This record gives sequence, structure tokens and C-alpha cells, in this order.
Amino acid sequence: MPGPNSSVLKRILPQLVILGVVLLLNFIVFPDFFRIEFKNGRLFGSLIDVLNRGAPTALLCVGMTLVIATKGIDLSVGAVMAIAGATAASLVVEGHGWFTALLGALAVGGLCGLWNGVLVAVIRIQPIVATLVLMVAGRGIAQLITEGTILTFNNEGLVRLGAGTVAGIPTPIVIWVALGALATFVIRRTALGLLIEAIGVNETSSRLTGINSRVILICVYVMSGLCAALAGVIVAADIKGADANNAGLWLELDAILAVVIGGNSLLGGRFSIVASLLGALIIQSVNSVILLSGMPPEFNLVIKALLILAILVIQSPKIGHLVYMFRAASGGRNIASPTRPAASPLVPNKDK
Amino acid sequence: MPDQPTPMLQARGVTKYFPGTIALDDVDIDLFGGEVHALLGENGAGKSTLIKCLTGAYRRDEGTITLEGEPVSPASTAESLSLGIGTVYQEVNLLPNLTVAENLFLGRQPTRFGMLSRKKMVNLARKTLAEFGLDIDPAEPLTSYSVAVRQVVAIARAAEMSGKVLILDEPTASLDREEVQLLFSVIRKLRDRGLAIIFITHFLDQVFEISDRATVLRNGQNVGMRRLAEVTQKDIVTLMLGRQLEERIHVRSGGTAGELLVSADTLSKRGMIEPFSLDIHKSEVVGLAGLLGSGRTETANLLFGAVQSDHGDVKVKGKKIRLSNPRDAISHGFALCPEDRKTEGIVGELSVRDNIILALQARQGWSRPLSRSKINEIAEHYVEALDIRLASLDMPIRLLSGGNQQKALLARWLATDPDFLILDEPTRGIDVGAHSEIISLIEDLRDKGMALLVASSEMEELVAYSTRVIVLKDREQACELTGDDITTANIVHAITDETLERPSNART
Repeated sequence: MPGPNSSVLKRILPQLVILGVVLLLNFIVFPDFFRIEFKNGRLFGSLIDVLNRGAPTALLCVGMTLVIATKGIDLSVGAVMAIAGATAASLVVEGHGWFTALLGALAVGGLCGLWNGVLVAVIRIQPIVATLVLMVAGRGIAQLITEGTILTFNNEGLVRLGAGTVAGIPTPIVIWVALGALATFVIRRTALGLLIEAIGVNETSSRLTGINSRVILICVYVMSGLCAALAGVIVAADIKGADANNAGLWLELDAILAVVIGGNSLLGGRFSIVASLLGALIIQSVNSVILLSGMPPEFNLVIKALLILAILVIQSPKIGHLVYMFRAASGGRNIASPTRPAASPLVPNKDK
Repeated sequence: MPDQPTPMLQARGVTKYFPGTIALDDVDIDLFGGEVHALLGENGAGKSTLIKCLTGAYRRDEGTITLEGEPVSPASTAESLSLGIGTVYQEVNLLPNLTVAENLFLGRQPTRFGMLSRKKMVNLARKTLAEFGLDIDPAEPLTSYSVAVRQVVAIARAAEMSGKVLILDEPTASLDREEVQLLFSVIRKLRDRGLAIIFITHFLDQVFEISDRATVLRNGQNVGMRRLAEVTQKDIVTLMLGRQLEERIHVRSGGTAGELLVSADTLSKRGMIEPFSLDIHKSEVVGLAGLLGSGRTETANLLFGAVQSDHGDVKVKGKKIRLSNPRDAISHGFALCPEDRKTEGIVGELSVRDNIILALQARQGWSRPLSRSKINEIAEHYVEALDIRLASLDMPIRLLSGGNQQKALLARWLATDPDFLILDEPTRGIDVGAHSEIISLIEDLRDKGMALLVASSEMEELVAYSTRVIVLKDREQACELTGDDITTANIVHAITDETLERPSNART
């Protein structure tokens, strides 16, 4: 029986291969891609940029993975980023310290998650509709906080969260790696992962089995809100200002895409946070290829879409099946006929 | 029914293999136009498989099928429908939010100048339904009518579209007596039109009332065709069960009840079940008998907190408990294996191992995970103890057969060491081997001191293991049988007895 480590590796292998290929493309268009320098107490290089720029999506996709594992979705994360960024900015502008600002932003993000969670788990609104409410309303709320302007600030502590370094590594990288590791650890070292998966596969059965699905669903959306808040603070800190209109714009879609590229089913169930994080890096690497190749910027979105389409097509089970059939056909005439009892242990019920 | 030269539908040597079993073994059947032909057999005998082979839902492995002398081999139900073989299943597969007329003509709506003509469709529907003795407004949505009317609409649709052979799979399962008569008048009209009709049911009275001939299946084999005018119900039952039944009945061992464990006092839920009171002791199996829709499942769900009662309360060892959700019930040592295994029991994509430990883990809470070794120990123990057949504990539970899924669900609850186990249809849709294993498990658990409540539509089964049997009828308790009174005959009598005294406030 394979140990847990080999099965984890097997799970994330496709994402690793794709990431490798995209990084190689980066290398081809820009031979200095892998060069990393240490200047002024900070690591510099295109690879570092990918890891750094990918931070918001990576943070979002930690929460998004959990939400999607419960067969839900959280469309509001981009808007929650804007709210959290605005909250943090207005707090430091009012003279509070950076830590208070961070806590305030996290509290607001958690509250947004709680709102989503209650709509989904208690009032039983479909997740896509429930979170759409905050997606639309959220930017309005953020604008109310910033009073319609781009709220700029110069609090050193807060700026360091977005542009500073820890032991030479840009802070955003440290934050998302730490959060990803922490979330994975907590979820796999407790039974939370199993319970979340059970709810995602069959909520009725889970409830009848005694799982407190309501509380777990709410927790998952709160977690997503917290991740979004953290991402929002980092983005605001990076530009030293809270832009209610553009912070985190469309980033919810990147986060969902990262989860999907990570091989997690939108129908819920089995999930891997690590694979989603790799998905986020793949998206950022694709962005990087387009930038480094010097294509005119108007092509960017189209090329990104094509590359991602290619990734998803390669990953689809249908293609995998076709490849398998092709191999079987060229390997010999004896393709399993539909009537032949397969080697699978599947035994249909023979009667009602 | 005199034999005609060519049967409408003739099957010879139909055989169907499933991995590990033969579902149909060399089955012959002849159907003539203008006859109602009953297809009988216990659960798992192969009735549904035969129907699916005839209609192309399954591909048969061997055998020939001829329709009016021409060999046919439908590859799908749509193809068999176009050949003239229509099927109506027990769960009516119509679209409830469309109108009656739309349901009747879906996919072949009448048109006028190339456009759908609603008026024409409604008029045509009214005419069609009138032929079946149904005077309803076809422009109303299907949901506004009873199950019986929907059933007739489904039959009308199938009859209009097929025209040669009509297969009715347990059409009367959820109908009351008058509704059955309505359905029968429709069936007779279709028979007189010259259709060959296959009628599947568990109700023998109905078989004798409407059918001309009957073919009996047992363990996938055709064990005989009888002209019903020439035989008695007893002959048919003997054919259906072979000698199994008598043996099973003789081992009846109700056991003796221990101290009182759970008692329900005038528990009820409006629209689901009338107030009922029930005492369940240790070391006893209380059987719940009754027809589909009589309130068996509702009783089970109410006692488990899966459905909130709006009146009455439940006591455990004399102490009143809160029962607002399944977690409350579980914390008092309750467990429930639900009727609908697929949607309420298994967590399909998760492994068998995860499914087995799920209830125990849920009770422990998320923060106290079972160790890997403990999980494996529990899963392996129950796989062996209950003889769950699987390729690996890591395989998704949905790939197991019905019987093995049921055993895994039993394992899930046994792992929580419950005091009170509720089983809702524990043997539905599972193979014969697993069937008898589950029955002996129930007896075992009872003898070890567990209190069990078992709802089942299999009366022989209830008779075999129950200490007491409560018969439900029209969502209320009709009577309670104890000791030697527990016989299938008495249960049937209680279910069908119309003259039973009822309290005046009991209405559904």
C-alpha cells in the first residue's frame, strides 16, 4: 500500500508537470527567468516576482478550495478584498497602528464570510447566488468606507506587509506559504478535511450521520472571508492605498480557476489545498510568460484564456480516456467490450 | 385468453450476467396482444432486469426477442419505444412542473403552421384522457393532481407512443383502493385495444383481479407460467418462494424484551404521521409494517430527529430528551440506517473506510481525529465481521453492490456502539446472500441486548425477527401484534382491514 506521501505526490503530479512546462516557457522567452539575485537585503528575480505577484490569488484559493470542497462557491472574495483593504487603510489614516488595522481588516473579512455562511447554511440560498449578493454590494461598501476616493496611506508597518521582506523574502510570499501550510496542517491533522469532504459529496447523508454541517459550512465561508481579507490588505499595502473599485477586481475568478486547475471538482468532495496553490502559481506563471514574451498587451487576456483552456483540456477525464483508448487500440484489437464483465468491482443492483 | 398464432412479444433464452452473478438465466416469455400478463417474483428475482433487457435499457448477453415475429434488438429505451414497447415505472418519470397536456405530448407536440399549438394540444389531451375515463383540465400543472392521476397520465403517454407492448412496473405501489380501480379500468381499456400488457406488482389480489396469465421468476430463472384462472394464490406464492419461506418462518425467534429503553409519547408531525406512542425495550426488535406511504419511514425519521416533531416527546430510560436533530439522537445512542441508501446513507465518492468511521468521527468532533491505526482497525474489523466484499478499503463506496453498501452503513453505526438502532428497509434492493446475513445480524444484535426498530415491506422478514410488530396504515398505528399473533396473514389482515376502529380525530 502506498504511504501517504507518495499518494500526495501522485495527486499533485499533473499540476507539478504543468507548472514545470509553463516555467520552461518562461525560460524560453526570457533566458534570465530563473536568475535570482540578492540585492539590498532582498531577493530579486522573475521567479520571485511570480511567487510574489501570485500571493493574492494563492491566499484566496486556500479559502476557495475549502468552499468548493463543500460543493459551494464564493464569488464575493474580490469584493471582500476591497472592503478589507479599505478598512485597513481608513484605520491607519485615522491614526491606528498597522496591527490594529490588520486585525480590523480580518474582523471585517470574517464578518463578510459569516454573512455568506449564514445565507448558505442557515437560510439555504444557493452559494452562487448567496455570495453574488456580497460580490455586488461589497464594492459599494468599500466605496462608502473610502468615501469614494483612493484612500492613500504611508504607515510603514502596513506597507511592509505588502512590500517588505522577511529574511530577504518578500512578505507576501511568506504570508501565503505560511497560511497554506497552516491550513493544510490543521485540516489534515484534524478530522475537518474528512467532514468537509463528506458534506461536499452528500450533505443529507452527512447530516444524518451526525455531522454538524451547518457549523462547518459557516466556518468554511468565514475562512474564505479571512483569506480574502488578508489578500486585500496585502494588495492595499503594496500600492499604499485602498482602491475600492479595482482592488481584487475579477480575482475571484482567478481563485476559482486556480482551484479547478488544481484538479478539485466543482461538485465538491476530495480536495487538495497544495494542488490549488500550484494552480495559483500556474496562473501567475502564465501571466508572466505573456509579459516577458513582449506581446502587445492587447493580446494578454486572449492568450491567457487559450493557455488555460489548453491546461483544462489536457486535464479533462475525457481526454485522458481518449488517450487510454488510443493506446489500447494501437496496442491490440482487444478493447474491452461494453458487455464483458469488467475487472472493476462494480456490481449493479440487479433488482429493486 | 386463447393462444393466438404469433405472440406480440416473444423472448427466448434471455440471459444477463452481472459481475459475479447471473441476473437472468435463460428466461423465456410469451406475450399476446389483448392480454394482461403478470410478472411475479420476490425482490431480486430478476423482474426489473428482464424488463430492462426487453426495453433495451440493458444489453442482454444471450437470447432473442421477437416483436410480432420480427427479431428486434433495441439498444435504448427510446428505440424500443419507437418499435412499440412502452414502459411506465413505479416512480412516475414525468415533469411535475409542466402541464398535464405538455407531459402527454412532450417531444411530439402538435403544431400549427410550424408553431406549437397550445390550444390544439390541450384539446387533444382532453380527448385522450377522456378515453381513459379521466376528466381533468390538461392545462393545469401535473403537480395539482394526485399520484394516481399522474400514473394514468404516464400510462396514457406510454400507450399513445408505443401501441404494441406496455410494461407497467409496480404502478399501484402507492395508490389507494379506489385509485387502483381507476388504474385497472384504464388497463382494461388498453387491453381491449389489443395491447400486450406486462404488469409487475407485489399485490397478489391485484394480480388475480386484472391479469390473465402470470410468469414467475425466482433467482433469475423462469420457474413457471400459469393461467391464473386455473390456480390459487397459494400456488403462485409457493412458486415465487420455493421452499425458502417455510424454513424461514419456522425459525421465528422473537426473543424476550429487557428493560424499557426508549419511549415515544404521542409524537407526531402534521402531514406526515398521526400521534403515536411507542415503547422499545432492550433486547427486542419492534417491527414496523405497512404499505408504502403508511408512515413507516416518517416514524423512523421522527424518532431519530431527522424530522422535527411538532408534538409529543421522547424519553430515554424515563428521562425526557431533546430531539431537534440527528446529533441529539446520536448523543443518546440512537442510530438510523435510512431507507434511501444512495441519497441519505452513503457518501458515494468517499472511501469505504471513511464511510465506516464517519459517524464515530462526527460524534467525536472535528478536533479529535481518530488515529490512522484506529481507523484501519475499526474498518478492517467490520469488513471481516460483516463479510463486506470489496477490492480495497480505499475504493469509493458507491462502487460496492447494494448489499455491501448496506453492510458498510450498518458498520458505520455499529462502530458508534448504539443502544437503539433504527433500520429503515434494511434489505431493500440487496442480493439474497447479503439479505440473510443482515437478518441474522439483526437477530444477533437483539440477543446482545440492543433495542431495534425495523421498518420493512418484507413481511416474512418482520415475522422472522420481530418481538412485536406494529402495523401502520394511513399514517397511523393500526394495531400491534405480539407473540404467536405475529404472522404474515395477520399483518396483511391488519393492513387491509377497513372496518378497524379508529379514533374520530384521525384524519390524513
